[in-house]
Amino acid sequence: MIRLNVNGKLHAVDVAPDTPLLWVLRDTLGLTGTKYGCGQALCGACTVHVDGVPQRSCTTPVSAVAGRKIATIENADRSRVGKAVQEAWRKLDVVQCGYCQSGQIMSAIALLSQNRKPTDADIDTALAGNLCRCATYVRIRAAVHLAAKSLA
Amino acid sequence: MSAMTIENASRRNFLQGVAGLTLSFCLPAVAAPAAAGKATTVSFEPNAFLRIGSDNSVTVIAKHLEMGQGTYTGLGTILAEELDADWKTVRIAGAPADAARYNNLFWGPAQGTGGSTAMANSWDQLRQAGASARAMLVSAAARRWKVAASEITVRDGIVSHPPSRRSLRFGELAADAAREAVPANVVLKEPKDFRLVGKHAPRKDSTEKTNGKAVFTQDIQLPGMLVAVVAHPPRFGATVKSFDAGAAKRVKGVVDVVQIPSGVAVLATDTWSAKKGRDALTVDWDESRAFKLGSEEILARYREMAQQPGLVAHQAGNTDQAFAAAAKVVKASYDFPYLAHAAMEPMNCVIRLSAEGCEVWNGEQLHTGDQHQLAGIFGLKPEQVKINMLYAGGSFGRRANTKSDYVVEAAQIVKASGGKAPVKLVWLREDDMRAGYYRPLFHHSLEAALDANGKLTGWRHRLVGQSILMGSPFEAMMVKNGIDGVSVEGAANLPYAIPNLRVDLHTPTDIAVPVLWWRSVGSSHTAYSTEVFLDLVAKAAGKDPVALRLELLGDKPRHSGVLRLAAEKSGWGTPLPPGAPGTRRGRGIAVHESFHSYVAQVAEVTVAADGTLKVDRVVCAVDCGIAINPDNVRSQVEGAVGFALAAALHGEITLKGGAVVQGNFDGYPLLRIDEMPRVEVHILPSAAKPTGIGEPGVPPLAPAVANAIGAATGKYPGRLPFSTAELRA
Ligand code: FES
Ligand code: FES
Repeated sequence: MIRLNVNGKLHAVDVAPDTPLLWVLRDTLGLTGTKYGCGQALCGACTVHVDGVPQRSCTTPVSAVAGRKIATIENADRSRVGKAVQEAWRKLDVVQCGYCQSGQIMSAIALLSQNRKPTDADIDTALAGNLCRCATYVRIRAAVHLAAKSLA
Repeated sequence: MSAMTIENASRRNFLQGVAGLTLSFCLPAVAAPAAAGKATTVSFEPNAFLRIGSDNSVTVIAKHLEMGQGTYTGLGTILAEELDADWKTVRIAGAPADAARYNNLFWGPAQGTGGSTAMANSWDQLRQAGASARAMLVSAAARRWKVAASEITVRDGIVSHPPSRRSLRFGELAADAAREAVPANVVLKEPKDFRLVGKHAPRKDSTEKTNGKAVFTQDIQLPGMLVAVVAHPPRFGATVKSFDAGAAKRVKGVVDVVQIPSGVAVLATDTWSAKKGRDALTVDWDESRAFKLGSEEILARYREMAQQPGLVAHQAGNTDQAFAAAAKVVKASYDFPYLAHAAMEPMNCVIRLSAEGCEVWNGEQLHTGDQHQLAGIFGLKPEQVKINMLYAGGSFGRRANTKSDYVVEAAQIVKASGGKAPVKLVWLREDDMRAGYYRPLFHHSLEAALDANGKLTGWRHRLVGQSILMGSPFEAMMVKNGIDGVSVEGAANLPYAIPNLRVDLHTPTDIAVPVLWWRSVGSSHTAYSTEVFLDLVAKAAGKDPVALRLELLGDKPRHSGVLRLAAEKSGWGTPLPPGAPGTRRGRGIAVHESFHSYVAQVAEVTVAADGTLKVDRVVCAVDCGIAINPDNVRSQVEGAVGFALAAALHGEITLKGGAVVQGNFDGYPLLRIDEMPRVEVHILPSAAKPTGIGEPGVPPLAPAVANAIGAATGKYPGRLPFSTAELRA
């Protein structure tokens, strides 16, 4: 049994310790907002926060995050920054297919938690690991700026 | 439920009792789309596309897949416009598979989404559906209030009689409206009266796609469901000789290992166990009939074939004479690689067998084809294949597979495992990228004849590449005299007035690499070769690229319209601000029509001394008829720019000895945010019927960038993706 703290809830999961956190979230806990895109830390679709830091859950063995604070997209609206980011995303209709957007939003929340006035270059650096095949990048940039403004 | 409401299940009887209540395109004998909503208090379903609940909910049934292109929002907008619904209360539900009601009107009897047809084929249909429902609500109100229908107004979901200051919400009239006759004729709005079309109607899927709640196929969990991961052959055409499942079966969570026509499937209780099981398999492949050529060898063959004339796709005047009399001849050739769609959600499918038939959960793009394939495998009638349409995490053509490849694979696993449990087939990224169904590799060669005045008098264009449609159900419609229409689209219908022109095609049939439409299909390569070559011609003739195009587009006002607008908005003709020392900057333009929409783009690039390329800005001008949702048009074109730029900068699937080299995003990079240019989209006002916008933003991008590179460096790239080495100073 591995003890996990996900979105403030405690879980004991009976999975192989090498199982990536991604699949535990999705298949064991039913938190399907976190997505699989590549399994190799190449796309960012699986981004979650571990102790507030964005991390690729597809290459994080679940045993490595036992007891640490894991936050997923399902939890995003519980923080002021998270709410601001989601609202900005909705206001600008950023999404297209939407599949990458949980990861984009988790990375954006992490950025804005650290840096309340990011420049385009800051945004590009923080989100360069989050691929969007629909290429919604123009609006992602604009939405991060909008969220920053609403938090100011 | 109140006594006034009519339940879903009893609706059929009700409808049978009232003559003429159904619209011509509605077949009420088929059960209402249960998948589309929780059976609440449905009161009014005047046609296959609309349900109004006594709770004032307005549900538009979308017959097309939402894969990111904004279809749900667009379809909802059209119907809600004529209905005069309150946009905030409109929800969208995916239609079930039922071609009798939900066929694509441009595809005859088949239901499906593609070719940027969703808005165009639904425009009249959904306007009629909305207007007709509105008329029934008005009649119901007139009857209840005993006033003339002509005195009644409708706005934002409220039916009012201003003289008596009475009003009712849609929900309050729903049950009465269901008793009204469907009007034989309805008056549609004048465009000047539109309140949603052409205005801002926010996307309907933004909330659930920003909180993790949107449901994709990947997210489906059914009781007792097993996850299947498959060992696929290393080459196209290879088959399983034998396999050892011993180690796989010892992996905790693995339930079963079965052989299927496309490989060996491991079934497990969860995805990771299935993957571990798959990786533990030992499979001996029979590669005796496998395809073993590499991309370079394929290309060499194509170049060889291009030496000989092909089948004529289009001919005008006499090119031989024009070239014999030419003062100057310009020649160039262009190579295009295989491209993977690489949707962010790898292909997947959930299937469950039941006593009634089979049930499918899928981001469903070709309902009718998939129904037939599955019916064949399970020995069912197509209508026994129930399909739940989910969001697709991108497709770009991949989910509209005329061979139903991944859907069939899921079914074969269900069949091979005895149908005991529902199965979710999960392709890992590598499975998805190596499965074929690529944009075909193409080679083009072009020649232009110029007379002594620099006038373009002759044009020869030869294309070599595999056919997408031969052997598919679309063959009869789209393949004529051995020419696959989508191989030459954009080339055979070149918009430029050139007196002597010949476009011919070679279609190799011995290349076993599966190919498919990839966002913008033939135009993904023909726009490049024709538009980059035209810039070479302009250069040879000493003409400005915009001026030459306008001169040749005399009778093509819509091409000229977007070309002029893009040129104007980009500052064409004004000097570009210089870049950092050592860099070269340039501006390039391209225009292309695809799917009856017209797009011109101007790209500004900076090329560094080491040949690395940065696209700084792209200005787009679009004519897609009436822009139903202008913000979505902009969004689609922005995305198309990024999608096309990914291909131009990085996109290449290569084969070595028949095996696909790339497996993940390290080998097949997508565009990253730091490579995304600034994009401006300008929409030409239009009263023409709406045409597609999902694809038409793609074709002009790569040629516009190439022409900008040409302007900056003098080198016009002859292959995609661009080679940095070739662009060194
Ligand atoms: S799925 Fe984890 S980075 Fe792609
Ligand atoms: S919205 Fe489709 S991949 Fe990003």
